[in-house]
Amino acid sequence: MITLENVEKTYYSKAGNIAALKPTSLKVEQGEIFGIIGLSGAGKSTLVRCINMLERPTGGRVTVDGQEMTAMTETELRQARQHIGMIFQHFNLLASRTVRQNIAFPLEIQGKDKTFIDKKVSEMLDLVQLEDRGDYHPSQLSGGQKQRVGIARALASDPKVLLCDEATSALDPATTKSILSLLKEINEKLNLTIVMITHQMEVVKQICDRVAVIEDGVIVEQGRMIDVFINPKHPTTKAFTAAVTNAELPEMVQKMRLTEAYQPGAKMITRISFIGDVAGEPIISGMVKKFAVDVSILYGNIDQLKDTAYGTLILEVSGDEAAIRAAHDYLNERQVRMEVIGYES
Amino acid sequence: MSPDMWGLLIDAFWETMYMVLVSTALATLIGLPLGVILTVTRANHILPNMPINSVLGAIVNAARSTPFIILMVAIIPLTRLIVGSSIGTTAAIVPLTISAAPFIARIIESSLLEIDPGVVEAAQAMGASPMQIIRKVLLPEAMHSIVLGITLAIISLIGYSAMAGALGGGGLGDLAIRYGYQRFRLDIMIITVVVLIVMVQAMQSLGDYLSAKLNKNKL
Repeated sequence: MITLENVEKTYYSKAGNIAALKPTSLKVEQGEIFGIIGLSGAGKSTLVRCINMLERPTGGRVTVDGQEMTAMTETELRQARQHIGMIFQHFNLLASRTVRQNIAFPLEIQGKDKTFIDKKVSEMLDLVQLEDRGDYHPSQLSGGQKQRVGIARALASDPKVLLCDEATSALDPATTKSILSLLKEINEKLNLTIVMITHQMEVVKQICDRVAVIEDGVIVEQGRMIDVFINPKHPTTKAFTAAVTNAELPEMVQKMRLTEAYQPGAKMITRISFIGDVAGEPIISGMVKKFAVDVSILYGNIDQLKDTAYGTLILEVSGDEAAIRAAHDYLNERQVRMEVIGYES
Repeated sequence: MSPDMWGLLIDAFWETMYMVLVSTALATLIGLPLGVILTVTRANHILPNMPINSVLGAIVNAARSTPFIILMVAIIPLTRLIVGSSIGTTAAIVPLTISAAPFIARIIESSLLEIDPGVVEAAQAMGASPMQIIRKVLLPEAMHSIVLGITLAIISLIGYSAMAGALGGGGLGDLAIRYGYQRFRLDIMIITVVVLIVMVQAMQSLGDYLSAKLNKNKL
């Protein structure tokens, strides 16, 4: 749906040139929610603006829905933009217009007739659950409601793609959640392709199918969201995911005096992580029944990565050496990720 | 004061109103497009064009720095060409308009620059043309601030119109000078000044009221 080929953006100035985006290639498939995560100044705003040419790339090609954006004239570009919706961190609604008039704005631009506009606006108000707020002005709405108006406005022209520029960064956690579930619902209902840029890993975790991590104008890692979360490779990605997947060891475990090698009489401290259906399997009780080991759970956490359950347990396994080794191999063979943190004597 | 005097005062009041309102209307007609062009041709705006911006900016600055009384005399030939005479209330409208237009242009420019660039960006992202952005985003969003600016211009013009009066333009300024000052009629002088104060107050209140009605930022 969206293809970026070696897209780059450099700002030229007397003080020196700034490469905001180094040559970047990216592919976003039809109907998916694609997250681009990075810290402020990483180049993610530039990247998303290169998709609808709010920023003209200084090199490379951008294609949206088969049309090459980088080759268009101003007039063609305006035409193409009418099929690319965009929502913003600070909503960017027109203060002088009511909610209804704001949603009507893109349709007015396209020269649609009044009956059509009225019908479409009502439909959109329905979709974002603001039926009773049509005649309010933006200043009378809460942040979450403003973003709903932003979404309604972006969707009024039936876009094929929705670009979200830090759409939830100015909202509180509860409102963020409700906006994200609205976006997810729209994605499923309309099969709309969504590109989100954010610095909040929570956002990626809740709704993205795939994710790219950007740093200093370079995409350092990209892939399926679940893979990136469970097995982050780049240090920046690790830092982002650590906060939400509890990759850090709990304090209690950190304080333990552990050795790397097994010593006679020691207990094994291990962390297992499981995703999806495996979570339902009785792995631990199976282990206890099979081998002469005792298990206590030091720490446990179950999380949701979009629609997939993701859990982590830290176990203390005690027993004689043979039993511990057998339990170790047993865990290793299951559909879980298992790592030995250390041995406690 | 005799009834004749009251008659003079009422005539002078309407002459001032006529000069001020007509020249404000004409100056806005000229100043509005100028202000819009000064804004949109700026480097980071929707139609960046440095040559146009600097040339227009220089002309506006030059017009604004010329003292009104000098401007009025200097453009007498132009006034004659347009009105057919360089003396009288209608003739005074020409210099008043020419001096107010660049002022209004700058007022419109600063009002338009107050608009959050994000709103303009959103309109561009939706595929709006520069003309649509001007008509549907910039002007409506800035209208409450423009109204306050034009109020300011009207009040300056009330002052200038008194000066125009001194050069045969008629109006309250003319009355104050000819009767109040040259004929030592203190009562006329005082009444004229009081009328001017009330006019300014009324214009300001009206402007504040309209602007507040148009401002949807704080509801």
